[in-house]
Amino acid sequence: MSAASVAGSLREARAPLLVVVSLALLWQVLHQLAGDSAITAPAPTLAHLWTMVGQPRFGPHLRETGLAFAQALLIACAGGVGLGVILGGHRLSGEVAEPLLVGLYSIPKITLYPVILLLFGLGMSAKVAFGALHGIIPIVLFTMSAVRNVNRVYLRAGRAMHLTPLQTAWHILVPATLPEIFSGLRIGFSLTLLGTMLGELFASQRGLGFLLMTAIDLNDVKTILAIAVLISTFALITNTALLAIDSHLHRGAAPEPPH
Amino acid sequence: MKRATWIRAVVVIGAVGLLEAACRGGLIAPAMVIAPSAMVVALFRILASDETGPHLRQTLSAVGIAMVLSIIGGFLAGFVLHSTPLLRRAFNPFLAAYYAIPHFAFYPLLIVIFGLGSTPLIVLATLFAMVAMIVGTLAGLDRVPRVLLKTAKVHRLSLWDEVRHVRLPAAAPHLLSGLKLAVAYSFIGVIAGEFILSTSGIGHEIAYAYDNFDNPRMYGLILFVLALVSAFNMTVYALERRMMRRRGS
Repeated sequence: MSAASVAGSLREARAPLLVVVSLALLWQVLHQLAGDSAITAPAPTLAHLWTMVGQPRFGPHLRETGLAFAQALLIACAGGVGLGVILGGHRLSGEVAEPLLVGLYSIPKITLYPVILLLFGLGMSAKVAFGALHGIIPIVLFTMSAVRNVNRVYLRAGRAMHLTPLQTAWHILVPATLPEIFSGLRIGFSLTLLGTMLGELFASQRGLGFLLMTAIDLNDVKTILAIAVLISTFALITNTALLAIDSHLHRGAAPEPPH
Repeated sequence: MKRATWIRAVVVIGAVGLLEAACRGGLIAPAMVIAPSAMVVALFRILASDETGPHLRQTLSAVGIAMVLSIIGGFLAGFVLHSTPLLRRAFNPFLAAYYAIPHFAFYPLLIVIFGLGSTPLIVLATLFAMVAMIVGTLAGLDRVPRVLLKTAKVHRLSLWDEVRHVRLPAAAPHLLSGLKLAVAYSFIGVIAGEFILSTSGIGHEIAYAYDNFDNPRMYGLILFVLALVSAFNMTVYALERRMMRRRGS
């Protein structure tokens, strides 16, 4: 990396950094206005977060949430891509399923959480199911449209070169659909995290969501803010990384055909 | 296309029928899922009693306020961001990452600040829905053809007339997709908030019925919310389709 490109990326990061700084300032001002009982100041909150993460009783909660999220993400990704490939490959079933999926996407899924609790029982599996339910739909929708929109010319070229089905899949289908599927996975990642957190906020005995709800009962603003900051930072950092990969993948993609 | 619609109807009716048969046949215990027909009966019983009315009114008014605030606020914010490139460059990464943040983690904080009641729910839902409208507005304004703006300038339109007669119609498709999301997110924000922690509202009623093992009431209310939101979303979709057809022809 040359000095010029380092300077370039610094310049690019300057404006967003300014927003981070102004957010921190806003936080501090809100604290000055509202006082400790409503919003604790940034520095003590972050210090509180640091000591909290260091405590041994924090570990199991973090592991519980992490484990639930990882399982839900795995189910959402594998199931979503699998279903999306099937629905994208078979046009009629795709047409049948798409409006149903779009409808399911825009309803408040939280209302279905009691049903999931009744089906899976209180505990890890209900959280995993709820997280996966949130994440799987965008992944199916994106994968479906990616598979549907593979340029027919590529497939014809593959046939002309006598590629085996496996070679067709590896050399044509995967590179042609990967950018869009990855965009779906990125959105699925965020929604799975949202679903897992929602599941933990309601009727849960362990995990970060449970800690949040306990903190409300104790009116422990510092802990509420610390956990919210922890989760948001995790979400923002992973999303930025995924977004970078996403735009890298899309840069290599073929330009859209002129309309 | 027609065939797909038919098959879809058959699939949905078949699934409901299968669930009905499994519940009536004793394959699924009523402690888990009650038969769809029983859900409908429960729904009508709930609608007939007048104790749900205040909850419904409260939820719908919170959703309505959040919707209006997020759509108008989102459009104005999008407009300002579009016209000031510096601000837009600064906020762009946050707009892209916004929906990665699980907003409901901040709901407890909003309760501490605003107290229990409608205000934290409205704030939560507005924050949740507004960015979809901002992104939609930006996408729409980006795609207004330059020729139209130049024409507006030639005609010496005032800013207000230019927005009303040129920018809004030209950006309408993207504005509408932002609006659609803002509508859905307003519902999700309010109902999810009520569900987690609240003392009234439809979401709270569902959670309360769940806590009391009152399955008929719970399923009746769930059915009600899903039907209501689906009807609302379908109306917006139909409006959009009509507008698209008008533009196409």
